[in-house]
Amino acid sequence: MAPQGCTGAPVIRFENVSKIYPKQERPALEGVDLEIVKGEFVFLVGLSGSGKSTFLRLILKEETPTTGSIVVAGKDLNSLSAHKIPELRRQVGTVFQDFRLLPNKTVAENVAFTLHVLGYSQKEINREVPDALELVGLEEKADRRPSELAGGEQQRVAIARAYVSRPAILIADEPTGNLDPANSVGIMKLLDRINREGTTVLMATHDSTIVDQMRKRVIELEGGHVIRDQVRGVYGYSG
Amino acid sequence: MRAKFVMSEVRIGLRRNVTMTFAVMITVAISLTVLGIGLLANSQVRVMKDYWYDKIQVSIFLCDPLSSSASCAGGPVTQAQINQIQSDIQALPVVQTVYFENQAQAYAHFQDQFKGSAIAQNVTQDQLPQSFRIKLKDPTKFAVIQSAFAGRPGVDSVQDEHTILDKFFKLLGVLRDGALLIGIASVLTAALLISNTLRLAAFSRRRETGVMRLVGASSFSIQLPFLLEGIVSTLIGWGVSTGLLAGFKYLIDTKVAPLLSFTRFFTWGDVWSASALLLLTGFIVSSASSVLTLRRHLKV
Repeated sequence: MAPQGCTGAPVIRFENVSKIYPKQERPALEGVDLEIVKGEFVFLVGLSGSGKSTFLRLILKEETPTTGSIVVAGKDLNSLSAHKIPELRRQVGTVFQDFRLLPNKTVAENVAFTLHVLGYSQKEINREVPDALELVGLEEKADRRPSELAGGEQQRVAIARAYVSRPAILIADEPTGNLDPANSVGIMKLLDRINREGTTVLMATHDSTIVDQMRKRVIELEGGHVIRDQVRGVYGYSG
Repeated sequence: MRAKFVMSEVRIGLRRNVTMTFAVMITVAISLTVLGIGLLANSQVRVMKDYWYDKIQVSIFLCDPLSSSASCAGGPVTQAQINQIQSDIQALPVVQTVYFENQAQAYAHFQDQFKGSAIAQNVTQDQLPQSFRIKLKDPTKFAVIQSAFAGRPGVDSVQDEHTILDKFFKLLGVLRDGALLIGIASVLTAALLISNTLRLAAFSRRRETGVMRLVGASSFSIQLPFLLEGIVSTLIGWGVSTGLLAGFKYLIDTKVAPLLSFTRFFTWGDVWSASALLLLTGFIVSSASSVLTLRRHLKV
């Protein structure tokens, strides 16, 4: 089930996807079949090594599936040529546990970096960056360096950077993994707000409290298989 | 990406890697200078050849009473033989100009050439042979003269001054080839250094390139700042090498040329054309090594 206002068109579709890394016998993912529709908020849960990272890497075409097909934002990734990969990634914002900010640039420059790379004009950048910083509540700290910010604030910058170009999909890989509970709640509120503005959010996490509180769709992986796909689920298997 | 943003990234990259940037510039400057010296040596050999080949000629020495060769058994050359030889020479298509040097002229030449030496005082006019001095349209066609006149009655010997100079030019040629080889080797060294520097730069900036990849930068726009860094360093190195070569030319003009007045030296035009060739070489070598390195180390 998708939240209200969603069109129901799939933005991510996996069809019988398996991934076996070279020199490994056990598949990292096996026979995965699922759809994520536009505007959904989905948690991806599972133990380390269950296939979550592979799942996310396949969406960004950092890996290619051994078998099966993947469609992301209307693009069939199997037939997507190398020089079209950047086009795919422009529609998928990414946020990581370790923030991945550029230490030599200010908060505003970090956010502007995305727009510079995508060829926005300075005028557009001057308009979009303050908006994005306001969304994450950091407009006061635009001129600070990442090292001067607390962890939660750094993650907000990372979210602003991922969201400033308004991607169709936002992937968050353990975004609260390095944060205390209070900051984690703040980040989740932010992701929820971004989701309510129409962006599909896919978040891999180990944080059971958050998953249980949000009551969103939960996809659980174990040994490369989807063992649970539950609308309004909780972290642990409830029955 | 906008040009302004790319240039600011290039500036940051050059500043951050300042020691390596400096190393690249110096290596490029030195290697291009060495290659440039090779190119100028090539010009110098050409200039000297033009200068000397223009001055020297084929000489047909005629029999005089002192001649001992078989063709002079009939005694000194006669006026009739001289006339015949002259008209035969003039009939040959390879001949550009010819003039007859009598004993008085030969003596004057000799005195001029060996001015002040003991030999000039001891030689007398009748010891010097009469000769025809021939300039050929193509100096390599000496064999035509040799086969036509050597051994002919009245002709003592046929001498090609090119054969003497050829040995000298052969030596110069070896030196020039050596300089060019060392130049090429040092340019290759510079290429390897550029490649290594970019590999380090790519590694030290993997965070930036990682972020660029994530937000959907094309591989060209990720590689462009690195490529430009290599090219900027090369351009600066090229500028230095051109300065050094110009200094070299200035030194030759002011210090060496006044001492060696018997020959001419390469021109400023040679310096500029060598510089243009170095720019092209530097540009091709640095972009080729950059592209190959970045393709391996900055995959999308």
